[in-house]
Amino acid sequence: MSLESFLIVGAVIFSIGLYGALTKRNAITVLMCVELMFNAVTITAVAFSRYVAPSAVIGGVEGAAGAVLTGQVFAVFIITVAAAEVALGLAIVIAVYRSRQTVLVTDANQLRN
Amino acid sequence: MIDELLVWLIFFLPLASFVVIALFIRPFLNRYAAAAGHLTIAAVGASLALSVWALGSVQARGESTALLWTHDWMEIGPLDLNVGVMLDPLTAIMLVVATAVSLMVQVYSTGYMRGDPGYARYYAYMSLFTASMIGLVLASNIVQLFVFWELVGLCSYLLIGFWYQKPAAAAAAKKAFIVTRIGDLGFLLGIMYLFFNREAFGANLNVLEITDIHAAATLGLIGGGAATWIALGIFAGAVGKSAQLPLHTWLPDAMEGPTPVSALIHAATMVAAGVFLVARFYPVFEVSPAALDTVAIVGGVTALFAASMGLVMNDVKRVLAYSTISQLGFMMLALGVGALAPAIFHLFTHAFFKALLFLGSGSVNHATGTFDMRYMGGLRKVMPWTYGTFLLGSLSLAGIFPLAGFWSKDEILAEAWRHGELVSQVVFWLALAAVFMTAFYIFRVLFMVFGGEFRGGADADPDADPHGGGAHLAESPAVMVVPLAVLSIGAVLAGFAANPTVDLGLIPSFWLTEFLGEKHSTINLGLAAFSTLAALAGIGLAYLMYSAKRISPERLSRRLAPAHRLLYRKYYVDEAYELYGVRRGLYGGLAYALDWTDKSIVDRTANGIGWLGANVGGALRQAQTGQLQVYGMAVSLGILTILGLYLFFS
Repeated sequence: MSLESFLIVGAVIFSIGLYGALTKRNAITVLMCVELMFNAVTITAVAFSRYVAPSAVIGGVEGAAGAVLTGQVFAVFIITVAAAEVALGLAIVIAVYRSRQTVLVTDANQLRN
Repeated sequence: MIDELLVWLIFFLPLASFVVIALFIRPFLNRYAAAAGHLTIAAVGASLALSVWALGSVQARGESTALLWTHDWMEIGPLDLNVGVMLDPLTAIMLVVATAVSLMVQVYSTGYMRGDPGYARYYAYMSLFTASMIGLVLASNIVQLFVFWELVGLCSYLLIGFWYQKPAAAAAAKKAFIVTRIGDLGFLLGIMYLFFNREAFGANLNVLEITDIHAAATLGLIGGGAATWIALGIFAGAVGKSAQLPLHTWLPDAMEGPTPVSALIHAATMVAAGVFLVARFYPVFEVSPAALDTVAIVGGVTALFAASMGLVMNDVKRVLAYSTISQLGFMMLALGVGALAPAIFHLFTHAFFKALLFLGSGSVNHATGTFDMRYMGGLRKVMPWTYGTFLLGSLSLAGIFPLAGFWSKDEILAEAWRHGELVSQVVFWLALAAVFMTAFYIFRVLFMVFGGEFRGGADADPDADPHGGGAHLAESPAVMVVPLAVLSIGAVLAGFAANPTVDLGLIPSFWLTEFLGEKHSTINLGLAAFSTLAALAGIGLAYLMYSAKRISPERLSRRLAPAHRLLYRKYYVDEAYELYGVRRGLYGGLAYALDWTDKSIVDRTANGIGWLGANVGGALRQAQTGQLQVYGMAVSLGILTILGLYLFFS
């Protein structure tokens, strides 16, 4: 498996997520699309960590760099933040629904005024 | 021998009196306002004593160089400013004149200003004025001198407008301040020009120190052209302060102030500061014949021109104001023909007899409640002391032997005659004509005020000031009469005793002239007789017209109607300044141009920037939809664009 394969998968998932986040009207769907984008970034980070970081950090000795785990640590952080974000996002959606009986993002346009 | 501390005390005593009155007596103890008068009299009296001591010290020292004490004030780049006092014969004489007249006026004011609600304020201003005048005289540095020069102007403004609730007084104060400011601008430019020429002074001489300026002028370090400009700048300041042509218009109006103020500031001291200023920088003037000729001609023309306006005025103080302008013109023309000592001599004698005449007119006003001579008359029997002293002052002013005015006026005429150049010749005849007019107008005043029958005073005068409270004919109280008597002694003796033609034992002959370091001229008997004849002719004409009534003034003024109107309207100078200077020049020219600039350029620029902001904002508002996804789209597209450009170009 080469690095490119992981990057292509990451890019495709990210694009799908972005497309969904920008076009879907349902706030739940938008949240799900944002999750997709997070995951795409996680995949990319782990892939880079596995393929690029060791040779970049420890003078090109492959496999000897198990100690450098920045990318992996980032992935764990992203998963954590994503979980918090989902909890917060759903709470907001529920709050909006309670006050306005709708979950459509196009109706949440009060910033206009 | 006097030391530095005592010389400073001459200045600081009246200043301390001002501070105490202004900060303590007036705000907290106004019930005891009388203390303000006593405090001022004590301070000025002590200053007078110290001034006499200073004069004695300078005399005993017998050297021509000045006693000088200076201290560093500040140093900014090439500007090295000192502050200090200098004591030379000119300073010593001016000190004695200023403090002596000031003391008499302060004593007199306790009677004249009694019961005025602004009593303490009056004495605060008077103390400040006296201190400023002393500071002006003592200043050792031209910048320091300028500071006091402006301070006396400020005091003049405050005291002319002392009765500020009177619109005429407020307007006169403003006029005095603004008109003298025009001259002061010239003075300031002169100082700047001097400063820009500082290279010529070399390393040892400080360009702003008065003694160093003298040295530079004497050594020829200031060239003729530069000296002319510096001298003319200084002279411009003197013209404003001494009310010379063409800046004379403020002084007659300044008579709106209390009469003791007119006596002290607008007759004896402040207006004479212009003459003092020219005398102080005389070495610079001596380098430039053109500047001296200008001084002579301005002085000569002013002497005649002001005297002619004094012929027809009905307000006794205005006659005296024109007389003052005319006499200051005399001093200027003396300076212009190179007669420094006679000019200062005349300043000395004039201070006494003119202060006396002003205080006399105040005494008359105290009794009649008016200054208009048409409603006076017959006061000779009611006010014998005022009459007697006023008569002595008038004789002195007219220049009758052997009173003070005779000696000083005659020396000026003799010097002008002796010089024999064209300018001196011209100003001699101008001065002689002025002598005739002077004698006429002052005896016109005397006969109209004291002769004949009483004509009603304030009760008959429709324009009388309600402040006076009507006519109550009686001699003024002793505090007013005693200063008159003291000043009349000065008006009689200040001439012969200060500058006698023969050795008097205690006072050597020509003491004042030699004290000022000048060579005296022998008295010219023919000329003295001639000028006395001119003065007697003026007195005789006044007698015929206003006492014996052989010539009717009314018929004469009707026959000479155009000339009379020209004089009565003061040659239309005020009207011309109002129309051309203020209405056309300031309102029509400068103010109009500024108004146009403000409206068409400043306002339009400001409004244009505002319009731009509002309209651009309005257009951009359309992009704010409130749809988060549209913003997200814009952000995404923006990032894509940047990435695309990056990939394309790298």
